[in-house]
Amino acid sequence: MPRRIAQISRGVLLLSLMLATGCWSTDGGEGNDRTDDSGRLTLTGAGATFPFPIYSRWFSIYSREHPVRINYQSIGSGGGIRQMIEGTVDFGATDAPLTEEDLERIPGTLSIPTVLGAVVLTYNLPGLEQALRLDGEIIAGIFLGEIRRWRDPRILALNPEVEIPDRDIIPVHRSDGSGTTYVFTDYLQVVSPAWRTRVGRGNAVRWPTGLGARGNEGVTGQVRQSPGAIGYVEQVFARQNRLPMAEVRNRNGEFVAPSIDATTRAAEGLAERIVDDDFRLSIVDAPAEGAYPIAAWTYLLISPHFDDCSRGTAILELIRWALLEREDDVRDLSYAPLTLEIRIRALDAMKGVTCGPSARLIFDPDRDFEAEARGEVPPPEVEIDPDTPSGGEDTDGESR
Amino acid sequence: MANPADGGLMARLLPSRSKGNVQDQFYRLALLLFGVSIPLLFLFIVLRIGTEAWPAMEAFGWGFITGTEWNPVLREFGALPFIFGTVVSSVLALMIALPLSVGLAIFLTELAPRWLAAPIAFATELLAAIPSVVYGLWGIFVLVPWLRFTIQEPLSRHFGDVIPIFEGPAYGFSMMAGAVILSIMIIPFISAVTREVLTAVPRDQREAALALGATRWEMTWQVALPYALPGIIGGAILGLGRALGETMAITMVIGNRPDIAASLFAPGYTMASVLANEFAEATGALYLSALMEIALILFGITIVVNIFAQLLVWRVAKRGGR
Repeated sequence: MPRRIAQISRGVLLLSLMLATGCWSTDGGEGNDRTDDSGRLTLTGAGATFPFPIYSRWFSIYSREHPVRINYQSIGSGGGIRQMIEGTVDFGATDAPLTEEDLERIPGTLSIPTVLGAVVLTYNLPGLEQALRLDGEIIAGIFLGEIRRWRDPRILALNPEVEIPDRDIIPVHRSDGSGTTYVFTDYLQVVSPAWRTRVGRGNAVRWPTGLGARGNEGVTGQVRQSPGAIGYVEQVFARQNRLPMAEVRNRNGEFVAPSIDATTRAAEGLAERIVDDDFRLSIVDAPAEGAYPIAAWTYLLISPHFDDCSRGTAILELIRWALLEREDDVRDLSYAPLTLEIRIRALDAMKGVTCGPSARLIFDPDRDFEAEARGEVPPPEVEIDPDTPSGGEDTDGESR
Repeated sequence: MANPADGGLMARLLPSRSKGNVQDQFYRLALLLFGVSIPLLFLFIVLRIGTEAWPAMEAFGWGFITGTEWNPVLREFGALPFIFGTVVSSVLALMIALPLSVGLAIFLTELAPRWLAAPIAFATELLAAIPSVVYGLWGIFVLVPWLRFTIQEPLSRHFGDVIPIFEGPAYGFSMMAGAVILSIMIIPFISAVTREVLTAVPRDQREAALALGATRWEMTWQVALPYALPGIIGGAILGLGRALGETMAITMVIGNRPDIAASLFAPGYTMASVLANEFAEATGALYLSALMEIALILFGITIVVNIFAQLLVWRVAKRGGR
C-alpha cells in the first residue's frame, strides 16, 4: 500500500511540476502538432462568429476531400485580430475591418472578403401587419434618443398606410462587442452627421439611449418581450427566426426589404473603388439600384508570408476553392455571395503571398482565376504534403 | 487532537518518520506543493491582471475610478457607472434577500414542524443549484415583463414625478430587475449560513431563557438572534460577495447601459457584465487594458468583502466553541 501511495504521489508531483513550469507558453505549437493522428495537416483559424456557419461547412467539406483539417474557433472578430497579432493562428477572421493601429502590428496582412452580411431592424409592434418603412435619418434619430414615440410625424410620413400604435420606442442594441454593431453604427455615421459627431462607429460604442442585450438572441429576446421595442440583428439570424424586418430606404430613395440579392447588390460596382488590393471598404449606403443599405463583407485575415509552404498553400487553395466553387453553400445558409468580380480581385490580391525562407510565391502570378471561375481552365493540381514541413526550394535543414 | 493520549496512540500506529523514508518525503513534498500552489495561483492571477491593467492605470490614473464616460470609440474609459451598478445592484439584492433569508431560517429552526422544515430547506438549497443562465432566461421571459407591467408602469405613472427612484420610463430591464434576480440567487447562501448558526446556539441558553419565563418570540429575538448575529452578518456578506461577482443572469436583465441614474427603473451596468460583454471583441491595447483594470477593481472589491465575511465567521465559530 505505501508503495502504491508513493507511486501515485510521484506521479502527482511530476504532473504538478509540469503544470508549474511549462504549459503556459502561448505560441501556437508550430512544431509537433502540425499533423493530427491520421496524418493530416492541421490548420487553425480564429475570429468572427458571424460567418461561422458558412466557414464550418466549407471547412468540413474541404477536409473530406483533402488531407487537411481546419480547426476554426469562433471567438469573435476582436479575438481573431488579437490571435493574428500574437501569431497563434494560421489565419484570422473579422467582420470589422482591420484598423491602421492593428495593421501596424501585423504589417502587410491581407483582408480577403468572403461573403456579405446585412444587418436588419426588427421590431415589436403588436397589430402591425405590413413591414415598417424606415430611413437612415429616422433610425439614427431613434437610436440617438431624439425620436421617442412610434407616432412621430417623421415615421408616420414614411408609413402613410400603416396603422402605427401609439407607444414609446424602446431601442435595443447589442451589449457585447460585435461586428454587427460595427456595421450598424458604420451605416448610421454615414447617413447621419449627428451620429458621426456624437457616437461614431465601432464594435462597441457609447449608446446615447436604449437597452443593451447580449448576442443576436439576446436582442431578439428583449424585442419580443417588450412591445414598442426595436433592435438590430444580423440578417441570417433574423431570417432563420422569421422576425419582422423593416424596409430601409437606400441612397436611390427605394425602400428595400432585406434579402440575399439586395445584399449582394450593395457590393456592385465596388471593384473600381478598391485601391492597392485594400478591401477594407465600407459598403453601407451603397449607391447601386436595389441595394440594401446596411451591409458589409466579412474578411479572412491572411499573413503576407508563411514560413511553412504546405501550410500557406493549403490555406490559399482552400480560399480559392471556397470562393470559386462553393457559391451554393453561401446561398443555402442565407449569406449573400460576393460578386464574381470582387472574388477574382480578392484571389489576385493573394498572388503576392510568399512562403518559405526563399519567399517563393504560392500562387503562380500568371494564373487566370477568371478563366478558372468560368470553368475554361481547370485549377492546377496542387500537392499538399502534410508530413514534411516544406520551405520552398531549400528547406531549413529538413532533407527531402 | 488536543488530547496527548491520542498523539501517543497515533505515534504508535503510524510507521516512524525517519529521514531515510523516501516515500514519506515524497508524500510531504507533494502535499506541500499542493498547499503552496493555491496561493501561488492567486498571486499569479493578481500579477497577470495587474500587468495587463498597467497601461490603463498610467493613462487615466484615479480618473479611471471617478470617470463616468465609457466610450470605446474615443478611447475614453471611466469605470464609475460599472462600479455604481455593481455595488448598488448587490446592496439592493442584499436588502431584499437578508430579511427573507433570516425569516426563513428562523421559521425552519424555531417554528416549522420537521415534516415541513426538511422539504423547505431542500427546496431552498435547490435554488443554489440552478445555473445562472437559467435564472437569466427566466428573468427575460417572466420576471422582467411582470416587473414592467405590474410594478414599474403603475408606480412611475403615479409617483414617478415626485419620487426620483420611481421615475420612468419603465423598460422592465432595469437595476430593479437585476437586484431581484440577484436576491433570489443569494437567498440559499444566506439562509443556509443563518440556519447553521441558529442551530449552533447552545441549547442551555434557550432553555435558560424559557425557564426565566420568556415567550418563544422573546427567546428567539433576545437570545438566539443576538447570539447568532455575527454569523448572520458573515452569511450576508458571503451572499454579497456572490452578488458582486454574478455575471450571466444580471447581464441578461439589467439593461446594460453605463449610466448612473437615481431611478430603480433605469437600466444599469455592472463590472462583471461589461467584462463578459466587451472582452471578446475588444481591440486596441488601451481598451483591453481598461477592461483588465475593471477586472482588478472587481477582484479587489470581492476580496475585501470576502475577507471581512471570513473574519466574522471565524469570530462566531470561536464563540460557539467556547
